[in-house]
Amino acid sequence: MQKSLRKYAAVFLLPTGIAFVVAFFIPFLFGLYLSFTEFTTVSNTHWVGWNNYLRAFTDNQDFLNALWFTVVFTVVSVLTVNLLAFGLALLLTRGLRGSNLFRTVFFMPNLIGGIVLGYIWQLMINGLLLGAGVDITYDPRYGFWGLVAVMNWQMIGYMMIIYIAGLQNLPGDVLEAAQIDGASPWQKLYHVTIPMVMPSVTICTFLTLTNSFKLFDQNFALTAGAPMKKTAMLALDIYNTFYGRIGDEGVGQAKAVIFFLLVAAIAFIQLRLTRKREVEQ
Amino acid sequence: MKRLTALVAAFCLAVVAVGCSGPGTESSKEGSIYYLNFKPEVASLYDEIASAYKEETGVSLRVVTASSGTYEQTLKSEMAKSDAPTLFQINGPLGYLNWKDYCADLSDTQLYQHLTDKSLAITSEGKVYGIPYVVEGYGIIYNNAIMQKYFALDGAKAASVDEINSFSKLREVVEDMTAKKEQLGIDGVFASTSLKPGEDWRWHTHLANIPITYEWEEKQVDLTGSGTEEIEFSYGQNFRNIFDLYLANSTTDRKRLGTKQVMDSMAEFALGRCAMVQNGNWAWNDIKEVEGNTVKQEDIKFLPIYTGVDGEENQGLCIGTENFFCINAKASPEKQKLAADFIYWLFSSDTGKKFVTEKLKFIAPFDTFSSGESPDDPLAKEVARWMNQEGTQNIPWNFTLFPSQTFKDNFGGALLQYAQGNLEWDSVTQQVVSQWKSESAGR
Repeated sequence: MQKSLRKYAAVFLLPTGIAFVVAFFIPFLFGLYLSFTEFTTVSNTHWVGWNNYLRAFTDNQDFLNALWFTVVFTVVSVLTVNLLAFGLALLLTRGLRGSNLFRTVFFMPNLIGGIVLGYIWQLMINGLLLGAGVDITYDPRYGFWGLVAVMNWQMIGYMMIIYIAGLQNLPGDVLEAAQIDGASPWQKLYHVTIPMVMPSVTICTFLTLTNSFKLFDQNFALTAGAPMKKTAMLALDIYNTFYGRIGDEGVGQAKAVIFFLLVAAIAFIQLRLTRKREVEQ
Repeated sequence: MKRLTALVAAFCLAVVAVGCSGPGTESSKEGSIYYLNFKPEVASLYDEIASAYKEETGVSLRVVTASSGTYEQTLKSEMAKSDAPTLFQINGPLGYLNWKDYCADLSDTQLYQHLTDKSLAITSEGKVYGIPYVVEGYGIIYNNAIMQKYFALDGAKAASVDEINSFSKLREVVEDMTAKKEQLGIDGVFASTSLKPGEDWRWHTHLANIPITYEWEEKQVDLTGSGTEEIEFSYGQNFRNIFDLYLANSTTDRKRLGTKQVMDSMAEFALGRCAMVQNGNWAWNDIKEVEGNTVKQEDIKFLPIYTGVDGEENQGLCIGTENFFCINAKASPEKQKLAADFIYWLFSSDTGKKFVTEKLKFIAPFDTFSSGESPDDPLAKEVARWMNQEGTQNIPWNFTLFPSQTFKDNFGGALLQYAQGNLEWDSVTQQVVSQWKSESAGR
């Protein structure tokens, strides 16, 4: 049985393999190729070497501004989302009455699409700023904190569920031993609970980090980059570059490749760092 | 589970394989025309037109429609095929520059002979390369019911809309209406100046067309030459005149415009919360479809956009088109003839004209149409009225020559900051001039 399985492994892998190659690998390589060309249709390309990559940084400052905005946004939202989600998870694993109801309620925002969410929050934030007689596009800081609020509102529930799963798997004996040895609640949290839920921390930081970096819908619907592209994140800047000027599709594509490398590198480093701190149960 | 996955994967592959064999099997036959259509909203109507044409003439017409916003790309890939379109379209002088190798001379076609305003066509060195087949117009749309209510008030600054024929008169009336807005039951004279990125084309494209056109007329710039690559924005102050008027007499405060969309403005107009809104005849659908719409069809009229230029009393609406028919110069002469015959049939035969006015709802710029033969929506009628008015100087659509979308987007961004009071007008002007130049260099 084992032997014949091994013999035919290639055959069984074939459909998935083809699907992977057709739907991911070929488009990816093709995209990489396009980033080195000037093109308006994918069948009509003209090789320009590194020119697109150069132009991504030298045509204007948009890409660097968007990069900086995205980095700040990511740092802030990774911190706030994870802290709040972990706090909620702790609260809701205490066996409070109605825990299940709260879990459902906190999870719900995650089920709403980004564009809808962006518009709804835009209305609410504009309503809030009505007293000042302005709207969310008046100052880039409003847009920034608006985005952070939307991101938190949407992501916290999901991360909370992951943390809850981690917390419920904590071995009771270790906590009990700590209790008997006279550890305070804070000491238990720092020295027992957190090291034990590090796998959840890994996955949650990974998800928030990559999702914040790649955010598009919410950004597009909430401010669309206004005022003057000061609240445009990387994905929105790539989109604007691609459609902004005939003949600039290659520059947009080059930005997208840089974007991919950045996200991959950051996610990889983060995984290495948090993995190291995971302990064997 | 694994077997299920494999089944699903195999199914997906089968779908892909079937999908591939679908299109592209139809070969070109003798006596057929291939038209690459630009307007997705009328794609299905062309099937009806094709069967009617086949019935009357025996010539088969194949229409392929590019999906919205992808016409240039589709045209590029279709032209590369051996079975290339014989009839296609360009969007103006810039489009002509891209496609001049493919544009046949149309001076001798019957359709061109019937074009009412020959200046609308795309010409180069005395030859005609693009024939406009539908015209559209924009200006200030007003609600006549509210205007009549105002004119009936004591101390109204004018007695009828006909008296408003210059910027100074318009400003006088608008400012007085703002002062009496409670009596008129409106929130503001103008609808919100929508300045959300992507929703600001009414200003950075349509409104900006007016000062740019005046500038080029004054300098007598050849629109097919390189003279359009730089501007001084010498009529920028005129742009500011009307833009300030929109901002100051609006339903929405000038600091709260960055999230307003065109649809918001049209809804305000449809609900009777404002008296005027700048837009074109295509906006009729938006107005009509707003729920709780209070504006009557017969009350919707057009007023030209006055900006305070000397001699603007005779100025009309901004009338033009982004749709020009071209015939593929690389097709055989027989095929070119078939294409020319088809467009002439569409705009001159009774069957064709019926399709144009009743189904396609085009305002066709040809003298084969009598005055009764125009679409029945109120704004289209208004455009036709202004077009045929003696002594009126309509403004062409020169925004097809604006350098790039990036230029427009940045202009819109600057206008938003100006509206919010975070950017001086001088900086807006500087940005327009310098980015026009840099964006033109890239094209």
